[in-house]
Amino acid sequence: MKMITRKVYPKPEVCMACRLCEVYCVVAHSKSQDILKAFKREKSRPMPRLHVEEKGPMSFALGCRHCDEPLCVYSCLTGAITRDPVTGIVAVDTDKCVGCWTCVIACPYGAISPDMNRKKASKCDLCFHLETPACVANCPNEALVCVAINEN
Amino acid sequence: MKTYLPAKFIVERDEARCIQCQVCVRQCSFETHYYDPEDDEVCSREHNCVGCHRCMLFCPTNAITIRENPRDYRQNFNWRPEVIEDIKKQAETGSILLTGMGNDKEYPVYWDHLLLNAAQVSNPSIDPLREPMELTTFIGRKPERVELDPVTMDLKTILAPQVELALPVMFSAMSYGAVSLNVQESLARAATAAGVMWNTGEGGFHRSLQKYADNTIVQVASGRFGVHPEYLDAARIVEIKIGQGAKPGIGGHLPGEKVSEDVAMTRMIPQGSDAISPAPQHDIYSIEDLAQLVYAIKEATNYTKPVSVKIAAVHNAAAIASGMVRAGADMIVLDGLRGSTGAAPKVIRDNVGIPIELALAAVDTRLREEGIRNRASLVVAGGIRRSTDVLKAVILGADAVYIATSALVALGCTTCQQCPTGKCAWGICTTDPILTKRINPEIGAERLTNLLRGWSLEIKDMLGGMGINALESVRGNRLHLRGVHLTDTELEVLGVRQAGN
Repeated sequence: MKMITRKVYPKPEVCMACRLCEVYCVVAHSKSQDILKAFKREKSRPMPRLHVEEKGPMSFALGCRHCDEPLCVYSCLTGAITRDPVTGIVAVDTDKCVGCWTCVIACPYGAISPDMNRKKASKCDLCFHLETPACVANCPNEALVCVAINEN
Repeated sequence: MKTYLPAKFIVERDEARCIQCQVCVRQCSFETHYYDPEDDEVCSREHNCVGCHRCMLFCPTNAITIRENPRDYRQNFNWRPEVIEDIKKQAETGSILLTGMGNDKEYPVYWDHLLLNAAQVSNPSIDPLREPMELTTFIGRKPERVELDPVTMDLKTILAPQVELALPVMFSAMSYGAVSLNVQESLARAATAAGVMWNTGEGGFHRSLQKYADNTIVQVASGRFGVHPEYLDAARIVEIKIGQGAKPGIGGHLPGEKVSEDVAMTRMIPQGSDAISPAPQHDIYSIEDLAQLVYAIKEATNYTKPVSVKIAAVHNAAAIASGMVRAGADMIVLDGLRGSTGAAPKVIRDNVGIPIELALAAVDTRLREEGIRNRASLVVAGGIRRSTDVLKAVILGADAVYIATSALVALGCTTCQQCPTGKCAWGICTTDPILTKRINPEIGAERLTNLLRGWSLEIKDMLGGMGINALESVRGNRLHLRGVHLTDTELEVLGVRQAGN
């Protein structure tokens, strides 16, 4: 059985809002992939592509849901955001993104952030360059789970 | 009033490694770390640090080191820093010094003076990887003698209710309210997976945990919180708690602010009201009174489950234990000097009770001498740290042990003794809904199950080395122990011979 895609789900009941997912998301999308270099030396440090939402005891890491009806894709002025018809992955083509932030406004979950340094929309890419998404692999309380979605 | 108390710990932050991610700021429930946006710098209020090491463990770049602050007063054996600071604290507050965990003073740990035997030449040792080893333990009253039907060879004697344990280790009482529900769920799941028991403490039996009832001991303590017919019916063992090793003779007090809606419902008391467990059980002023409660519970549960009685190990433990057995207890629990608690007066924790090793040996000896040892299982608690302590306890005469601190340490506890503050940064001894999320019951159950598995493998290894394939064969067989660095009197009380003899 071949994995078509994967999805990351938060478990709010055990998320303790430490925000290590955000830290490791930055590392995973940095040039060096090294935590000290990424934060200390790299000039254009990427933004975390997921954010911990917090209100009282409720907290969870919010990333892109890769919706079946992606409002960001529909709203994108330049066609930079597309949804892969096979895998369902919603991705930003940074060459085409003009930083108009229409997707940021359109996303009902607030899962897309404006990266002001690069003038590009920043969102979860599910870390396909890693065996497990960095946020999931580094969550100390297993409050993020990665589910593989296979053929059939 | 200006405090004269120095910071107990130093927080060292390696600026070359700190990435200002503020994980430490969010993890510290004592507000030791804070972020200064003006200088884009994480700083510390060292006075607040309790040395729990949560920040150190969670810092993604290992930028933090927590060190004890060397309070180098002029050296004085009598006026040590702890003594000086206790006096200052009381001079500033005028109150009882409250603390958590167990006695941390330098009383002898007898486990560390007892050495195990091994088989050499005259009898063969056993390899537990190749041969079956038996750790199964049955808790409950054993018959005086066993009668078999001469023809069918079936058992004719009617046995008292027995509870089977896969290994002689159970989780000691920790109530919902003292620890969080997630901690209790971790314990309940691990007990179920490992085939042992966990204990509700006296905070009632939360409805979400009722599915683990087959591995649950429920407590009837002086506050009688949460005791109702279904509570008694659900449990495998009902335990009457007379005393606790950390605070013999002292009751309990769960402050109203910890009595949340859920805690209140489980304890069957009004929300926000102080849950006060009186020092004594007001209907038990004698062994005869105890017998009444033991039999009331047996009647209520139709003689289907063992009834346990737990006391703190005190000076006359042996005589009291004899009375407990005669009062009908099927299991007696001794909680020793090093037993832990969520909150106790420091002077009580550090000065009342006797070491569990001595109490265990004395009680086992006394019950044997009186010919009533079979009538009750003997369980010891208070400071069991590793598998060797378990095996040594069994050899001294215990049927099983209770562990609580070891279990909490497995969940992350670093014994920082801040339990009474309710701010446990590890999310264990707290009911704060933000902090309790720090224990994920799935991870907790796995960690506890792993601990029990590790101990069980080690006990099998040690037994194999002794040439014994069943724990039952060493129970109370004190010839398998030898003492070192002990006085003649200590050896006599322990019933153990001097090493070399």
